[in-house]
Amino acid sequence: MTLDVTGLDVELAGTRILDDVHASIRDGHLVGVVGPNGAGKSTLLRAMNGLITPTAGTVLVAGDDVHALSSAAASRRIATVPQDASVSFEFTVRQVVEMGRHPHTTRFGTDTDTAVVDRAMARTGVAQFAARDVTSLSGGERQRVLLARALAQAAPVLLLDEPTASLDVNHQIRTLEVVRDLADSEDRAVVAAIHDLDLAARYCDELVVVADGRVHDAGAPRSVLTPDTIRAAFDARVAVGTDPATGAVTVTPLPDRTSAAADTSVHVVGGGDSATPVVRRLVSAGASVSVGPVVEGDTDHETARRVGCPCTSVAPFTRLEDTTAASATRADIAAADGVAVPVAAAARPGVRGLLTDAVPTLAVGDAAGAPEWADRLVACDAVVSAVGALADTPSDGV
Amino acid sequence: MREASARAVAWSAAAGVLLVAVLLVSATIGPEPITLRTVAMAALTELAVPVGASVTMHTHAVPVVSGGLPWPALTIAYAAPLQFGVPETAQVIVGTIRLPRIVLGATVGASLAISGAVLQGFFRNPMADPSIVGVSSGAAVGAVAAITLPSVVVIGVQPAAFAGALIAAFTVYAIATKNGHTPTATLLLSGVAVQTLLGAVTSFLVVNSGREIRPAMYWLMGTLHGSRWHDVEAALPVVVVGSAVLLAYAREMNVLLAGEEDAHTLGVDVDRTKRLLLAVASVVTAAAVSFAGAIGFVGLIVPHAVRLVVGPDHRVLLPVSALTGGAFLVAADTVARATATEPPVGIITALIGAPFFLYLLRDREVRAL
Repeated sequence: MTLDVTGLDVELAGTRILDDVHASIRDGHLVGVVGPNGAGKSTLLRAMNGLITPTAGTVLVAGDDVHALSSAAASRRIATVPQDASVSFEFTVRQVVEMGRHPHTTRFGTDTDTAVVDRAMARTGVAQFAARDVTSLSGGERQRVLLARALAQAAPVLLLDEPTASLDVNHQIRTLEVVRDLADSEDRAVVAAIHDLDLAARYCDELVVVADGRVHDAGAPRSVLTPDTIRAAFDARVAVGTDPATGAVTVTPLPDRTSAAADTSVHVVGGGDSATPVVRRLVSAGASVSVGPVVEGDTDHETARRVGCPCTSVAPFTRLEDTTAASATRADIAAADGVAVPVAAAARPGVRGLLTDAVPTLAVGDAAGAPEWADRLVACDAVVSAVGALADTPSDGV
Repeated sequence: MREASARAVAWSAAAGVLLVAVLLVSATIGPEPITLRTVAMAALTELAVPVGASVTMHTHAVPVVSGGLPWPALTIAYAAPLQFGVPETAQVIVGTIRLPRIVLGATVGASLAISGAVLQGFFRNPMADPSIVGVSSGAAVGAVAAITLPSVVVIGVQPAAFAGALIAAFTVYAIATKNGHTPTATLLLSGVAVQTLLGAVTSFLVVNSGREIRPAMYWLMGTLHGSRWHDVEAALPVVVVGSAVLLAYAREMNVLLAGEEDAHTLGVDVDRTKRLLLAVASVVTAAAVSFAGAIGFVGLIVPHAVRLVVGPDHRVLLPVSALTGGAFLVAADTVARATATEPPVGIITALIGAPFFLYLLRDREVRAL
């Protein structure tokens, strides 16, 4: 039962909240809606389930306009997990989950599919407090109870508004695993507004980036979550890399300060873990950093992947001189404003041969073991200002 | 859900037993003490079952139309199948003086309590009671106008109170409704404003009422004095039918407690349900207050106390509140009857109700909005 959103405009109290939003959610797909606070994510979900009537555009669920359906008919097709889990009267958890059966029960019928209710509670891990008052639960537990209520509703389309907002790290993952499984094994169409970009990237098939009431970009997480898109949507500076544990796109927000090294391009020579502190400092400072050569799988390699720097790697125990990595590194160095060589990496065989007099070279680390060919020797803490200085002064070597 | 029905039946049976016990004990109390056994037999003797109905056309006198209008009247024939040979004095005291007042008291108490329970859930506010949408203050204006200005308001106290109640409730609803939506917060505030306004009108009428001040004050405090079977016949059907409708919407009310947006996504037609609940609760309350006056606190504390015992599920809460409310008001009225000065029963309910409510406020968690 696909959900199609076409040309959706929403105005609330005279203010345009959504502007020409298009989206399509197929069965078995989990689509994440991401965007800054106040972008219109919740409004989009509320227009999708029929709570808000749009000023223009349509929301079709299996071909029917959701706003033309009765609330009972709509609720048999679309279940919603609200963000705000406020419950003011002392129902038991089980009674709250049973309310999910409301659209399937006739006025004088007592028929409730207790098996559906039991399954929903077991799946969301709330079965052990079925008899407790919802008012006595924590915010995170209540959120899972509301997920169970939506599961009991047994609707083919599921909308979730920040389902992980008040959950601890364990239950964030468990909740999203449940949601992922609903799409995979039950073929439901799922839309989730998710704050955490890493979690969104990891679990969603597709992301819709909403900012300022418009869809900025939509598509697979890796194609959508780029530093440029995120800067445009969130007005935030980020490093985009790959999580070594899950292989998913990972987004690391960076402080928004302008440093001396911003807009400078630097190549960092790797080796073991010596480049990692240098890369971290330079990336945080806003420099565009390339790394290489690093040995596959070592710390420097993972760091480069994590922060999304271009990186050339070689297999362990390879003679550097013979590899294409060497020429790739030379090209990176030629394009950079400067090269930073950690003292520990400078001793690696073949490193000297990568360097050129055309690009200023900084040795980073203690004086002991510093190579004589470096233009300057700086402490790791001072690497950002030293790189900043490179951009201002033409190098001595030319 | 089967479990919920079973709980509803069990609790209702318990509250029903309590109600019948209170009714019978109450009928033994009065200037002429009568034994419980005699009361029970007199009550069964009084028990009438409808055995037939006929519709006849009456000519109804209408002031502006000469000659009057033909008016259909439903006449129901009753038979009293059980006769126990109770002494005639006892039969008259129980059957025509005490029982009508007691049964009307139970009817009024039940209707105030069930509408209080509905409105507390409706507003998601434990402080709500049936007067909150202006029903009681509207009834007060109607009743006091009929008492103090009988030449202007010719329709009698009870019809005037009933009409005043419904007009006030509808006005509050209409003020709070915009584009087919009735936000509960707006409804609450417009209810408060209309109550204040109507209170001023009532006070003005009372101040200028001269020697009619005493019956007006009695009505305003709420009294069951002088109730007849005729009153029961008028009030009971409204309350029974209204309560049945409210009970049929118990599940919707449960879902509405989760909030209106959640209720909508769970398939409740929120605006329609709110309209219906408000209308039926107002009619039920109006029927009660037009016969017994503005009796306070029953609609506030009975649902509260019942909720503490049986929980918030309306499928259990509504029937148990109705039966308990009936028992509570009959008990309070018995105290009023047994007191030498026979104060209005509203004074008794407030004397019991206010301390109890303060106890709830201090010792129990009375949750905020």
